[in-house]
Amino acid sequence: MTANPPPPGSEPGRPSRFAPTRALVVVAVAAAGITLAVAALLVNIFERKQEARSTFVRAVALDDTTQDPARWGEDFPQEYDGYRRTVDMVRTRFGGSEAMPRVPTPQDPRDTVSTSRLDADPRLRTMWAGYAFARDFREERGHAYMLEDQMYTERQRVAQQPGSCLQCHASVYVPYRRAGNGDLVRGFRLLNAMRYQDARRLVQYPVSCIDCHEPGTMRLRITRPGFILGIRAYRASQGVPDYDVNRDASRQEMRSYVCGQCHVEYYLQGPDKQLVYPWFNGLTVEQILAYYDSVGQNDWVHALTGAGVLKAQHPEFEMWNQGIHARSGVACADCHMPYVRVGAAKISDHQVRSPLLNVNRACQTCHRFSEEELRSRAEAIQATVFRLRNAAMDALTGLISDLEAARRAGRGEADLATARSLQRRAQFFLDFVEAENSTGFHAPQEAGRILAEAANYARQGQIALRDRSFRPSVPR
Amino acid sequence: MRAIPRGAGALSGTVLSLVAAGALGAAAGTGGFTFIYAKGASYLGHDAAACANCHIMEEQYGAWLKGSHHDAAVCNDCHTPVNPLGKYAVKGLNGFRHSLAFTTGWFHEPIQITALNRSVAEGNCRECHADMVGRVAGPHGEGETISCIRCHESVGHLQ
Repeated sequence: MTANPPPPGSEPGRPSRFAPTRALVVVAVAAAGITLAVAALLVNIFERKQEARSTFVRAVALDDTTQDPARWGEDFPQEYDGYRRTVDMVRTRFGGSEAMPRVPTPQDPRDTVSTSRLDADPRLRTMWAGYAFARDFREERGHAYMLEDQMYTERQRVAQQPGSCLQCHASVYVPYRRAGNGDLVRGFRLLNAMRYQDARRLVQYPVSCIDCHEPGTMRLRITRPGFILGIRAYRASQGVPDYDVNRDASRQEMRSYVCGQCHVEYYLQGPDKQLVYPWFNGLTVEQILAYYDSVGQNDWVHALTGAGVLKAQHPEFEMWNQGIHARSGVACADCHMPYVRVGAAKISDHQVRSPLLNVNRACQTCHRFSEEELRSRAEAIQATVFRLRNAAMDALTGLISDLEAARRAGRGEADLATARSLQRRAQFFLDFVEAENSTGFHAPQEAGRILAEAANYARQGQIALRDRSFRPSVPR
Repeated sequence: MRAIPRGAGALSGTVLSLVAAGALGAAAGTGGFTFIYAKGASYLGHDAAACANCHIMEEQYGAWLKGSHHDAAVCNDCHTPVNPLGKYAVKGLNGFRHSLAFTTGWFHEPIQITALNRSVAEGNCRECHADMVGRVAGPHGEGETISCIRCHESVGHLQ
């Protein structure tokens, strides 16, 4: 302060006597701003600490009859959010699904479907001639659509479908236990034997939380009797008697087995359509075919050739078992449901989907390369397998048309037997890769081998029609 | 006439000073509390557990506990330079980046090491293992330098 301060506002250019006041105001405002920022940071740190501490809040009580996923979602909102996102329809290079508009009809009210695989490759119609799949077969959509897509597929209209289909297209744990008076396997057998439409009335939801989780502890568990019995038979073939998957499997095994409950090859046994996983000899394509041969199973008689043939159904679990990821102890969930950070907490991503749509979390956790590099590695494998698949498909349709011509030419049943048996074998091998949802990625070497053998069997079948003395390299 | 505004000016000046001082004190107080609550002092030290304070490094910390270097080196031994000036410069830079990333959530998952931090780690491999690597380090191929952690990536922590 000067001894004789000038009056306020006078002598511009000299420091006003309000300058210290202004400085104080600036200091106060700045300090308030800093305090605000620090308080905001403090609250953020507090929230993160809380997130790290409490993994979940029990909002509603869940028990062994709670089917509705929305109720589980009240206790586990993050997981439920991911589960709901399985409605997303996204294409990958060789799979996935993209939304195609369609005009709803009284029989099929869907206004969106995925693309038709039959239109994309008409050779599939030849391979499946005489079977319902030749009428309607589309790209698989997310878990959210499993029940709806099964109800409205045209396959329902060209053949009477059994209740067995529901084991993997609906949440069946509670309905099975109800139907079986508490006995899961008994309920399973009862629903298998019903007509699809009758069994459909007993189920309500597509796959739900309760199908893989125990309500009290959230521990993974197996609820599909087909898998419980199938894995027991498989383990018995490996010399492990009395295998109980819910008692004997490790947590890491369960992170694959819960998916293997449904993503497997199966067949319907006997007149009451009991669902059976054909793992009595093992999980490879030869072992499965050997089992079918041993029980004389034909899924249908081929309309063009008269051969007794088989349809392979999405053997993802079996194929993965032959691959390097399985050998390295990597579970289905590691790539298809990778861990995702929500604040300071970590959960499994319940939006089950192709790892190609989630490369950073699915692959980069182990593989330290850029997303572009990893995606192109995966797609290079798939492109190779796809070319092999096309070569095998050409070989198979070649055999089918030769067999058809030979049949028209009036050649006897005995004369066609070798070629028909080779068609059965070639077709099952080819379909084992074709129906498998990874275009070979789950086990690239195995997929390549199977396709090469499929082409070989088909071409041998063509030779057998031309040369009666020809002896094929496989047992008839 | 002059006495009143002068007196008022002095009074408002005093009030403002008190307000400013109070605001500064509040900032210092909340700042200090936040520092303690967030275990700020731990970041100046050498304890590996401090690096997992904010949860992001829990996998790395857990893997290090099981790793082969567990008995020989803590986080700082590999991830900060040996000289004190470089050590605190790297700590300060990473501390700021990590705080910003975790507060805002703007970061790549899984986390990836930066070029600077990779070179710090590489340097520390060579620092401790100088006797051995002195004979193998050097140019490999055309201008390429060999990297220790490309092959020995799991010695500290696999993830």
